[in-house]
Amino acid sequence: MALLDVRDLRTHFFTRDGVVRAVDGVSFSVEKGKTLGIVGESGCGKSVTALSIMGLIPKPPAKIVTGEVVFEGRDLVTLRDRELEDVRGHEIAMIFQDPMTSLNPTLKIGTQITEVIRRHLDLSKGEARKRAVDLLEEVRIPNAAQRLDDYPHRFSGGMRQRVMIAIALACDPKLLIADEPTTALDVTVQAQILDLLDDLRQRHDMAMIIITHDMGVVAEAADEIVVMYAGQIVEEANTLDLFDRPEHPYTEALLGALPQIEGDGIRSGRLTAIPGRPPDLIAPPPACRFAPRCPYASHNDTCTVEPPELREVRPGHWVRSAHPACERAGSREPAGVAR
Amino acid sequence: MSSNGDTPLLEVVDLKKYFPIKSGLLVDRTVDYVRAVDGVSFSIMEGETLGLVGESGSGKSTTGYCILRLLEPTEGSVRFEGREVTELGREDLRRVRREMQIVFQDPYASLDPRMTVGDIVGEPLVVHGVGTRRDRGARVRELLDVVGFDPTFVNRYPHEFSGGQRQRIGIARALALNPKLIVCDEPVSALDVSIQAQILNLLKDLQDEFGLTYLFIAHDLAVVRAMSDRIAVMNRGELVELGPAEEVYSTPREEYTKALLAAVPVPDPRKMKERKVERRKHRHALAEQEAIVGAPPEVEIERVV
Repeated sequence: MALLDVRDLRTHFFTRDGVVRAVDGVSFSVEKGKTLGIVGESGCGKSVTALSIMGLIPKPPAKIVTGEVVFEGRDLVTLRDRELEDVRGHEIAMIFQDPMTSLNPTLKIGTQITEVIRRHLDLSKGEARKRAVDLLEEVRIPNAAQRLDDYPHRFSGGMRQRVMIAIALACDPKLLIADEPTTALDVTVQAQILDLLDDLRQRHDMAMIIITHDMGVVAEAADEIVVMYAGQIVEEANTLDLFDRPEHPYTEALLGALPQIEGDGIRSGRLTAIPGRPPDLIAPPPACRFAPRCPYASHNDTCTVEPPELREVRPGHWVRSAHPACERAGSREPAGVAR
Repeated sequence: MSSNGDTPLLEVVDLKKYFPIKSGLLVDRTVDYVRAVDGVSFSIMEGETLGLVGESGSGKSTTGYCILRLLEPTEGSVRFEGREVTELGREDLRRVRREMQIVFQDPYASLDPRMTVGDIVGEPLVVHGVGTRRDRGARVRELLDVVGFDPTFVNRYPHEFSGGQRQRIGIARALALNPKLIVCDEPVSALDVSIQAQILNLLKDLQDEFGLTYLFIAHDLAVVRAMSDRIAVMNRGELVELGPAEEVYSTPREEYTKALLAAVPVPDPRKMKERKVERRKHRHALAEQEAIVGAPPEVEIERVV
């Protein structure tokens, strides 16, 4: 049984302008000790998915309309707030893009860590402080014992993210959700944080969900990848297969948009940008939501009439498109293989 | 009077910017200096892009600000079209700034939120007394059109737009006075990769169309690679490597450059292990900027028009 099983999750925002279908029928699972990457542009619903799992969506205007979030056999959607609080931080922890907004600027780092430890674990003040030092050392903050008495502004962006990771680890969670954990950081610091997360995941036998807009980040970090677009999953596969043979035109576009570091003609060439913007989720395109930006969708195509289903084009490789790479003319293999 | 042949458009010689570290309860005493930029020299030819890359705190943005004199350099020379920028008086500086503009990481953060898109793009024209009111309106629309921003939104406010659209507004403003040189200070660092590609392509197109010269500042070597003819690598206020882009990538000489290269995420899961090893090997070369914050003080940048 998977550690986390999200089934047909729909989180909608009820606003004055209409119903925003931020997450619209999303299903995936995370195995114990594994890392799932969720990739997509801003506004595709990946963060709302994470917040829905955590029970942190703002209600109102948001509401989980349908779906289950089954964690170790319990459906978190049906839990009461008190019960959910016990799960949150204790069994599932989350870190965010900007650690400064999650840290209290007026409290010392040590106070903020021990607060979390003591809420979930039965430890004395002294024991909690000792545990806090261990945690800061584990996330490789130099002079951990002294630094407990510093305020957040004394830490650089990368160090603040390490503090957030330490707080997330405080109760040895089974699942860590990292929402754009390195987006605000330099590439050098990003690399260090990703390496740290991977080490910690192995040492604690923890599962992870990494949410990012950058295919380069999930290539390194994830075992399995889900690509989201306009509130839906458009492609899902294990990491090697997704990068070897991306199927959805949107996934291909995300890969093409990355600047290359090796090769010729980089300076003189252009990057492959995705034209247009993601659709309005109050009134998304009626059929395939990617059709208006898709290079393969023609005017009177089925995909502008009928919404494509998520289907398995190869064992374990799922695509929601009428035009996956493997079915295009001149593609690498005959259409419909292993369907 | 365009410079040609062997005369660079911009020539920076031994540029230094020191920020005093003050201490004392009643009277501030300068106890030491942060050497943010410490003897940097390079030149840029007309139509060329020089990439300036380094970690946060390496002094790359401070270098850019000193060239435009948004910060006053402590020492050194900045020559633009043969004129010494560091010695110019107010009026002359203003005139030179028509030729040298800047694009920031988040243009919104550096602008008055009460200004409309049209005000923002048109402000340099007003300050420099270009054209009549009507001329300026037409020019603003033309500029927005050039950068791919719908000119009918001219009376809206920047907060109504996404990061990518806001960056287009920032670029239109920088283009308003037909500059020769644009300092691009981390112009795409805050953007999603898909939008990043659009903005990088736009900057490439504008360069081809208007013959612009760029100083392109970024921390991501893959982004810098996409834009630059030559690359300068900065570490702790100094230039540690400078050469043609191809060369810096294929045969980096400095440990520090290798560490920056190894940090770039590569969309190839099969190379993951190899790259992790590579990163470990070169990590020691990176500045310990992560350890303690004592880096350059937050600097107030003057509004550029």
